[in-house]
Amino acid sequence: MLLYVFAIILTLTVLAYFHGSRRAASLSAFSDTPLHSRPAYHGAYVAIWAGLPSQVLVLLWVSLETAALDALIAGTLPDAETAALSSSERGLIVSEIKSVARGLIFGEPAPFIVDAAARYGEWQRIAAWCLAASAISLVLLGLAVSQRRITALFRARHRVERVLNGTMVLCSLAAIVTTFGIVISLAFEAFKFFQHVPISEFLFGLSWEPQIAIREDQVAGTGAFGAIPVFAGTFLISAIAMIVAVPVGLMSAVYLSEFARPGFRAIVKPLLEILAGVPTVVYGFFAVLVIAPALKSFGGDIGLPIASNSALAAGLVMGIMIIPFISSLSDDALRAVPQAMREGSLGLGATRAETVLQVLLPAALPGIMGGILLAASRAIGETMIVVMAAGLIATLTLDPLQSVTTVTVQIVTLLTGDTEFDSPKTLAAFALGLTLFVMTLCLNVAALRTVQKYREKYD
Amino acid sequence: MAAKRHSRRRHARERYLRIVGLSAVAAALGMLGLLVVSLTFLGHSAFVQTMVDVPINLSEELIDRGEPAKGNYRKIVTEGFLNLLPEIQARGERREAGKILSPGARWIIKAAVVANPNLIGTTHTFTLPLADPFDQLHKGVIPRDVPQDQRRVSDNQIAWFDHIAASGRISSPFNWGLFFNADSRFPELAGLAGAIAGSFYALLVCFVISFPVGIAAAVYLEEFAPRSRWTDLIEVNINNLAAVPSVVFGLLGLALLLNFLGMPRSAPLVGGITLALMTLPTIIITTRASLTAVPPSIREAAYGIGASRHQVVLHHVLPLALPGILTGAIIGLARALGETAPLLLIGMNAFITSASGGITDPATALPTQIFIWADSPERGFLARTSAAILVLLGFLVTMNGLAVYLRRRFEWQW
Repeated sequence: MLLYVFAIILTLTVLAYFHGSRRAASLSAFSDTPLHSRPAYHGAYVAIWAGLPSQVLVLLWVSLETAALDALIAGTLPDAETAALSSSERGLIVSEIKSVARGLIFGEPAPFIVDAAARYGEWQRIAAWCLAASAISLVLLGLAVSQRRITALFRARHRVERVLNGTMVLCSLAAIVTTFGIVISLAFEAFKFFQHVPISEFLFGLSWEPQIAIREDQVAGTGAFGAIPVFAGTFLISAIAMIVAVPVGLMSAVYLSEFARPGFRAIVKPLLEILAGVPTVVYGFFAVLVIAPALKSFGGDIGLPIASNSALAAGLVMGIMIIPFISSLSDDALRAVPQAMREGSLGLGATRAETVLQVLLPAALPGIMGGILLAASRAIGETMIVVMAAGLIATLTLDPLQSVTTVTVQIVTLLTGDTEFDSPKTLAAFALGLTLFVMTLCLNVAALRTVQKYREKYD
Repeated sequence: MAAKRHSRRRHARERYLRIVGLSAVAAALGMLGLLVVSLTFLGHSAFVQTMVDVPINLSEELIDRGEPAKGNYRKIVTEGFLNLLPEIQARGERREAGKILSPGARWIIKAAVVANPNLIGTTHTFTLPLADPFDQLHKGVIPRDVPQDQRRVSDNQIAWFDHIAASGRISSPFNWGLFFNADSRFPELAGLAGAIAGSFYALLVCFVISFPVGIAAAVYLEEFAPRSRWTDLIEVNINNLAAVPSVVFGLLGLALLLNFLGMPRSAPLVGGITLALMTLPTIIITTRASLTAVPPSIREAAYGIGASRHQVVLHHVLPLALPGILTGAIIGLARALGETAPLLLIGMNAFITSASGGITDPATALPTQIFIWADSPERGFLARTSAAILVLLGFLVTMNGLAVYLRRRFEWQW
């Protein structure tokens, strides 16, 4: 139904365009005053008036329809059945009604649910027809109003360009809106979490055990939400990743930009960049399947007990993932150093190695630091590798051979279970998400600042 | 003499740096090689599937012509299969032997009979998949020479399997089921059709949203926006957004799209919107780069013959920048295709045994399917996971290759 409405609106809009441009063209044929705008602009003007309002209507309608129908159907339920229920149980009943209305029947639904489902289906049909009728009449209305304004002197181009401008401004706001959406939704849920758990306990507590009883009669711990072990695990794994990635990435960048022949560079650089394009879930599988067992058996050979989901395995693989970030950003930084500095150093009799170590690297240091900060931010926020290869239990340790957990692992595990949405357990994930967002934001801003300043220095 | 030694030491240091650099490159490439080789090694076996030809008697006693969907297919299949091993009579042994065939075989026969009811009453030879352990046995993954209690197939079963194999009924055709079956609990039946469809729909939504919005935003910022504090803020914002961890976008999708706006869980629609928000910065950044690459002379020439600002951009600059923009969009989509974490949070890791039919039906995506299979304990899923990864990498290579081709073919060198 919705698809048909969209298709009809689209067809009518296209027809409106041709109608408008035809009309303008015939105007110019029969009058002496030349057209202010070319016929296509008149067509576009009519099309905008015909298409835009109804599209907006459809989008608004679709986004509000479910909520409105849910509220309506909940209102018609017999009081005898729902009086004693909490709001979440009522929500369950509404979703059962909806699935019955869709034809998915599990077991024997209560008769009042079957009634409500029939009503729901009826209302959905009515709503769909209302939508179609109002959208199409809006199209025709817009068409009728706008086509009457077509005259030779009408400034259609200005109107159309103004609409285009407005659309572009709206689109450029999308990025800001997204950031706001992230901050607000994370802060809102995190705020709810901090009503259950004091913020000082979250930031400084030393024990993380989010095992809260799901049902009230269940025997379980009360749950502890001290995030220090989780942060410690995150930093441990990220640090291992950086220890792997920084030397390898930096040294390959130095080799590729200063020593390698152009042909070698042209082949190797894209190959290295493949490493950045491999999906992280693949790295996770690789860590579980190849690296962790290899480490474990190596540890067994030399008498070191290495956990099968040790921080070392996850960190190593994450390091491999990060190598191309560091190498390509360092490469950019090295290449941005003015040729004059390179030649000056070589001209003074320095060897190439001395030029690299004593002239180029210090000159490129801000750019390289920026790259390293960006890479660190990526390591902290990396999810799939650690979800698959790191542990679930938060241990406060700096031993890379043990299993630790990270912020992202906790977010994913807390939110992929079937727990109620308002329990501290799920809300904790948003508090972790907020801290993760703030941490990576600081790193990114610092990195972008350094890189930008450095660029200005040599441009 | 001392000067010579000094110089030799300096050159030795140069060689040393060169070697360190080269070995760093080699280490990185070695890891790439190890990754590809180990995945291919593990995954190649899942591209063939061990099948067995079984003549099945579709007798009318067990299937009602009026209602072919309600026949006793379990009995039909078991009897047909055990007819290949006539010497087995004991009940326990019959059950043991029945496990050689995939438990999903009865659904295959049911689907064939429902599709073609004329088969009822005839004996028809079906090519049916073997159960996972025997698939692995045939491929040599399960060794025959270890004691019986250390492998998942018994000595008896191996003997029966060899008996059937000796009659030439076992074959290993290309595993089309990997691409055309939906997910299943049984590795030998599990395929990627649902995941590929889910990824396709999610990417479609992602493209429909992020491509026009990204281009419009980039054109505005590059060609129209006055340089002010406000546009600077937008710019910083876009650069930051490009580096926000993907899992945070998943949290946004969960809190905003699912809980606040009440969109359907596990749907490619929600996944696509979330991925679009992630891809947007990439598209804006690459579009701006290709817009700046169009030389000012083009703009000035268009202005010179009286075009308005919008006409300059829409008629001249944008078409010239389009190949670069498309390249950026494809690379952005390729990244979105491999993204897992946000999709996990909005529930696109459900167990779904039918290919999704639209953007609002629950579905999985390729990377989340890989994640689900990687978590499955059955041994057969190990090879399937690697094969799924190879399929995903194949898509990614194709997309990136397309991007490179577009750039080479259409990009203008000014």
